[in-house]
Amino acid sequence: MPEAYLSIVVAMGLVTYIPRWLPLFFLTKYSLPSWFKEWLALIPGAILSALLLPALVTVGEPRHLVFMRPELWVAIPTFVFAIATKSLGGTVVVGMGLYWIVDKLF
Amino acid sequence: MNENSIPFAQNLRQGLKAAWPICLGYIPIGLAFGVLAQKAGMSWLHIAGMSAIVFAGSSQFIAVSMLAGGAAGLAIVVTTFFVNLRHVLMSSSLSVWLPNEHRGNLSILAYTVTDESFAVNYTRFLSGNWDLQRSQVVNLTAYIAWIISTVVGGFSGHLIPAHSFGIDYALIAMFICLLSFQLISRLVVLTAVVAGLVSMILSLYIAGNAHVILASVFAATVGVGLGKLRYFRKKSATEQKGL
Repeated sequence: MPEAYLSIVVAMGLVTYIPRWLPLFFLTKYSLPSWFKEWLALIPGAILSALLLPALVTVGEPRHLVFMRPELWVAIPTFVFAIATKSLGGTVVVGMGLYWIVDKLF
Repeated sequence: MNENSIPFAQNLRQGLKAAWPICLGYIPIGLAFGVLAQKAGMSWLHIAGMSAIVFAGSSQFIAVSMLAGGAAGLAIVVTTFFVNLRHVLMSSSLSVWLPNEHRGNLSILAYTVTDESFAVNYTRFLSGNWDLQRSQVVNLTAYIAWIISTVVGGFSGHLIPAHSFGIDYALIAMFICLLSFQLISRLVVLTAVVAGLVSMILSLYIAGNAHVILASVFAATVGVGLGKLRYFRKKSATEQKGL
């Protein structure tokens, strides 16, 4: 490891912390305009979907589309289970189990 | 002090209950990170230090591979910044639920905001009956699970067979479930569909993870615009009555 390891890690920590910290420190003190609140309310669904879909249908570096992946097909019953049960822990366990079985079979 | 002790125990229990699926997802990834870091020549102290100071999974993987490849410190720090910039959106969304909280406590919470803890806490806030203290428990539990699993991975991760029990799917299943909790109106569904498709398309052309931020900002902006249409207004009003 380079001698500067600690300073690199501290700098990494700092640039990671600032975006996490700024909104919680400042936005909580102001009453935000309603359009901005509506925008922020749409962000969680958007960001989860934006993280999820590429993870289901893309592979490699640079990424390319592959639809015949267990990740994608297992997602469907996992999603149905999530809607039906509303259980986060249960969905994680069921998703893992299905993925494990599908991965063994194919 | 006494008055607070019972609610604290309750908050602790509820926070831990909300946090365990996150831990289940972090353990295999943390172990894998530990193995990789140890192979790159990092001691357990290096690993613990990075996990405790940075606490951001994907950027840690990238940093280790850059370190192993002899990249300059500045390049690693700049890359880390961009990989983790998406948290600004998550902290912004959380801030709506935490008005007038003590800034010291908010600064502690901010330190441990991740994709997973954000999504779990946001979902709880949305369904009511959630607060800063329980969020802190969720975040700190995930934080501790991450540090421990990365360090354990550095010592003995190679003993655990990779890909066992479908553990690679834990975080994906968690995101699927958390996304399903978000889909409470037509407008959110539409926003999520736009975000997913745009993110998927952008991810094919942009390396790294800028596609996540770009697609989310774009989709939420489209969503706010479409929210002005009567179709969505009416729909969400009736659905709110149904809730």
